Amino acid sequence: MENLICLEHVSKSYSKYPVLNDLSLTIGKGRIVGVLGPNGCGKTTLFKILAGLIHDYSGNITIEGHRPDIHTKSILSYLPEKTYFENETSIKTTISLFNDFYSDFDKEKALDMLNRFRLTPDMRLKSMSKGMQEKLQLILVMSRSAKVYLLDEPLSGVDPATRDTILDTILTNYNENATVILSTHLIYDVERIFDDVILMGYGHLIAADSADNIRAQSGKSLDEYFREVFKC
Amino acid sequence: MFAENQYDASIPIYQQIVIRIKEQIFMKTWKPGEKIPAVRDLALSMGVNPNTMQKALMELEREGLLYAERTTGRFVTSDSALIESTHKEAAHRMIREFLERMEKLGYQKEDIKKEIERIE
Repeated sequence: MENLICLEHVSKSYSKYPVLNDLSLTIGKGRIVGVLGPNGCGKTTLFKILAGLIHDYSGNITIEGHRPDIHTKSILSYLPEKTYFENETSIKTTISLFNDFYSDFDKEKALDMLNRFRLTPDMRLKSMSKGMQEKLQLILVMSRSAKVYLLDEPLSGVDPATRDTILDTILTNYNENATVILSTHLIYDVERIFDDVILMGYGHLIAADSADNIRAQSGKSLDEYFREVFKC
Repeated sequence: MFAENQYDASIPIYQQIVIRIKEQIFMKTWKPGEKIPAVRDLALSMGVNPNTMQKALMELEREGLLYAERTTGRFVTSDSALIESTHKEAAHRMIREFLERMEKLGYQKEDIKKEIERIE
């Protein structure tokens, strides 16, 4: 299995507070990877560094052999945790934006997914529920043909049925040349989707292994394993 | 797809898929010699990751229940004797587990046979 992403001794602090502490790991191609860890453990910071949004860190990161730069941004599709569109924006506008910005954006695919998710182009964000907004953001991100999909908490704050639809979308869009990296708290509901798991705690890497290996070695589900590692 | 399937997350998922597919083969839902669906479609219908499905299918190939033809796809074996013996093996494993648990309740084989007759 080729390594798509390599991290070597990556550290990042915010005002002397170490958020990422000497992180070294590799992520392969064609994998669905779960990044798990308690709040504040550095998941979002890690995602932002990979997405090329944070540049002052120490250590080496390569994505397809490149440091995070213009090239990696073009092959990486990032779904941030917070909605970044203004309330007045219509779905139609968000699709136009993505279509303009990204040469690999598949408008037909996006419109098709909108339809399946029962959203219409004329809807405005302000009149959409959180679940609907999450679906829209996911559609936009997944309609690009990227090599890396970075999804930061795509499932938080949505109802179980929407969660299942989102997971189905991720599975349907699976392609062996791309890798999906997603962070979540909802391990129990979601864990069977993961090939590999990166477990982070307080900036450190606690475990990085295939999900089935962790299950076989610990005799536990990922959810139980997580709880055991982080119990107070 | 994702929701309709339940798995025990404390056991490697691919092992559970292997069992499910074996059931399809034993029950002749997938007939000997028949072509099976593509990995991707199977993964979707069982609500799992395609890599996990691939791992399960390779395990079944190793056991001889499935075989792959490079350009055409994957097929159930035509070896009915192998299917039958694997089927029996699975049944025996379950019976042994059942007998162990019944023993803990104080039931021996003869008592169990009598009780089975009594139940509708």
